[in-house]
Amino acid sequence: MKTSKLPLNWRSITESRLFFPFLALAIILLFDLIVVPGFFSFSTMDGHLYGSIIDVLRNGSSIMLLAIGMTMVIATGGVDLSVGAVMAIAASVAALMMNPYVLATELPPNLQKLVFDPHFTYSPLWLVILVTLLISTVCGLWNGLLVAYGRIQAMVATLILMIAGRGIAQLITNGIRIQIFYDPYAFIGNGWVVLPFPLYIVTFVFLVSWVITRRTAIGMFIESVGINYRSSFFSGIDEKKIKLLAYAFCGFCAGVAGLVASSNIKTSDANNIGLTLELDAILAVVIGGTLMSGGRFSLLASVVGALVIQAMTTSILSVGVPAFAIQAIKGLFVIFVIVLYSDQVRGFIRRIVAPKGATS
Amino acid sequence: MAETDNTILKMTGISKSFPGVQALESVELSLKQGEIHALVGENGAGKSTLIKVLTGVEHPDTGTITLFGRDTRVRSPQHAVDLGISTVYQENNLCMNLSVSENILIGREPMRFLWWKVNLEGMSPSARRILRMLVYIDWQTLNALAKKLLLELGVDIDVTQPLGSYSVAIQQMVAIARALEISNAKILIFDEPTSSLDLDETRQLFDVMKKLKQQGVGILFITHFLNQVYEVSDRITVLRNGKLVGTYDTRQLPHLDLIAKMIGRSLSGLDEMTKIKLRTMKTIKKEPCLTARGLGRAGAIKPFDLDLHRGEVVGLAGLLGSGRSEMASLLYGTETPDVGTLVVENQAVRDFSPLDSIKRGVVLCPEDRKGEGIVDDLTVRENIILALQASRGWLRYLSMAQQYEIAERYIKLLNISTPSADQAVKNLSGGNQQKVILARWLAANPEVMILDEPTRGIDVGTKTEIQKLVLTLAEEGKSCVFISSELEEVMRTSHRIVVMRDREKVNELAGETDEQKVMKVMAGSVE
Repeated sequence: MKTSKLPLNWRSITESRLFFPFLALAIILLFDLIVVPGFFSFSTMDGHLYGSIIDVLRNGSSIMLLAIGMTMVIATGGVDLSVGAVMAIAASVAALMMNPYVLATELPPNLQKLVFDPHFTYSPLWLVILVTLLISTVCGLWNGLLVAYGRIQAMVATLILMIAGRGIAQLITNGIRIQIFYDPYAFIGNGWVVLPFPLYIVTFVFLVSWVITRRTAIGMFIESVGINYRSSFFSGIDEKKIKLLAYAFCGFCAGVAGLVASSNIKTSDANNIGLTLELDAILAVVIGGTLMSGGRFSLLASVVGALVIQAMTTSILSVGVPAFAIQAIKGLFVIFVIVLYSDQVRGFIRRIVAPKGATS
Repeated sequence: MAETDNTILKMTGISKSFPGVQALESVELSLKQGEIHALVGENGAGKSTLIKVLTGVEHPDTGTITLFGRDTRVRSPQHAVDLGISTVYQENNLCMNLSVSENILIGREPMRFLWWKVNLEGMSPSARRILRMLVYIDWQTLNALAKKLLLELGVDIDVTQPLGSYSVAIQQMVAIARALEISNAKILIFDEPTSSLDLDETRQLFDVMKKLKQQGVGILFITHFLNQVYEVSDRITVLRNGKLVGTYDTRQLPHLDLIAKMIGRSLSGLDEMTKIKLRTMKTIKKEPCLTARGLGRAGAIKPFDLDLHRGEVVGLAGLLGSGRSEMASLLYGTETPDVGTLVVENQAVRDFSPLDSIKRGVVLCPEDRKGEGIVDDLTVRENIILALQASRGWLRYLSMAQQYEIAERYIKLLNISTPSADQAVKNLSGGNQQKVILARWLAANPEVMILDEPTRGIDVGTKTEIQKLVLTLAEEGKSCVFISSELEEVMRTSHRIVVMRDREKVNELAGETDEQKVMKVMAGSVE
């Protein structure tokens, strides 16, 4: 009995959903350890932690947030291409609410001062956050309505908002890039409480969604709908409502990511906020082991997947690859992930990782 | 070996294990030229695995396959086809959105260039490579050829229509036509070909099988219908729990002996059934728990009346497509009726949806196990609690302890053979999957159970178990609508029989009527 316990543990580790995302992350970090000097060094300043690892976590917060929402959508068998555009909408809404005067072409002199005042905001911060998240959730609901009740293929349905979203974001701000000077808002993306503040947001959103999916029946319903929506319907699950919910939540997460991103760069840049980030989020979910066809999902694995992508981007940059070439290198990396995830390589790794005699 | 002259296939010492299961243990099988060989056994006996080994889907752990006198390793399903082994699977693997003719001839379409017919087979590879750029599919010939192939099977349909627009029975015939067309098969495997066919269609199929036998094809026939085994087969191989019980001449093995060999004990369930049925007749209550008046839906089923009393089992008899399943979906609410009223437990039903129906205590175990029943990646436990959880809503999540308790209870009650409650349901054999779905509906604690073909693809032993279960539930005061293509089964289980024909309820008969009479009503010669 005693001898059989260890192999069993090994097997449960290598067959866990988290094994391969963590393995991919470990490989990248190992690469950094060898190639990038000082990647693992930390320094403290004013009681805050700094370092490359912290940068990866901080810069990856948007992808992590998107990946959490995207996991739910992909688990139902869909996909949401519009999250990047929804981030832009969220950024525009937030910026406009804090600073609507910029829309007037000529500012009266008494206001001009106020606009650049780091303590001035037109609407209170809580209202800004509330309305922004509400609007991004509505964006998600729109996607969900098209997919669940309109029975439009997810790829096509969310493409609509992906294309239209950035236009809508521009319309909201009248085509102007609104700069944000309000300090408390900047704290969302730039603040530090020992660790960068966005990390606390990610942790909070992660915990809330984990509790919702794993401590209620929602998670099982989502998986069931993703695997076989007809069977789920016959079993009394309102599959349409489940899908609607998943898309709405995905929109909500995109809204949070939009807040973080716009606060980070202190502007509502409708053209660039969250650009192609939807693809990173989808990739993160795939690295996390959720099938694009839907079904079983793991939120933690998706978050690790997001970190894999961010760690890779950061390490490519720190090796000295120019920023414009990053997409090409990323492509190579995707190939690497696909190979790593193939049945052959998986089986091979399981065999070498497990101690001798444990494979039987 | 004495039988080498006409033995075309010999499998010896085949073993295969999956995680946690020894699926096959040194099994032997031989097939002669021009023979129909039946392979029988209960669910999970290893029939499907043996076929998968033979067709290259799975590779055996040990054992040898001798094909036409030569030791062969079947590498892949394609390799099996190249070797002359074709299969018609239990759940057919055809493309519903392609036309019938495309399905039959996919990958081997006749080609043409302008008005020349081009046959790429037998050309040198380089010529083929050049020609392939020029030629295109000769649709006329393709359709004509497909039509001809189907007519040989006695099926006359428009082959240009998408396959999905035809009934399961026709789809099965198309699958057979396809299997015959692929290479000139020397060995043909029929994996439960008749489970979705009605009597006439089955007869047609048997005629085709006999014709192929004359032509010297060796046929391996897997079925749960034992009378069919006796109708066509020459020899029978019996498997039980992954082991070989033996191979017998069909004429020398009486029916009851065969059943005894399959289940490993003799069958006494049938007499018991009659006894239970008589006993439960007395416990039927007067008041109805479900009443339909003029309930109907245009295009699906004509308005019908139905009363279901507490403790009663009502059988729905009728041919395939007679409206049995349509009636079930109206009662369950997967379809909304246009006219009529439905009263359940003295309450008029307004909301037609599965969820509302489950809350009312009416559940449906659907006919299409793969498409509408199981959620294959979920575990046995999750599949069992799914409907119960859905009716409780997402917030009142059953605790893990409760989930396991429920799952274990039904695994025990229904004798579901699974390594654990955490096994993914897709790893279970077909019959055990069916039991899991039954467990799902029992766990939802229903008052009225509508069972649409609950015993399809299930072995004899389990079949009687399920029939007995239905009657036991009736005795406990639950009501049941029992739908089956097997008239004998409907007769044996039901207190009352509703006969359907052409999407209309045509008659109601007491449970004691003889089979002949019901058949006549089904066929329309007697009202």
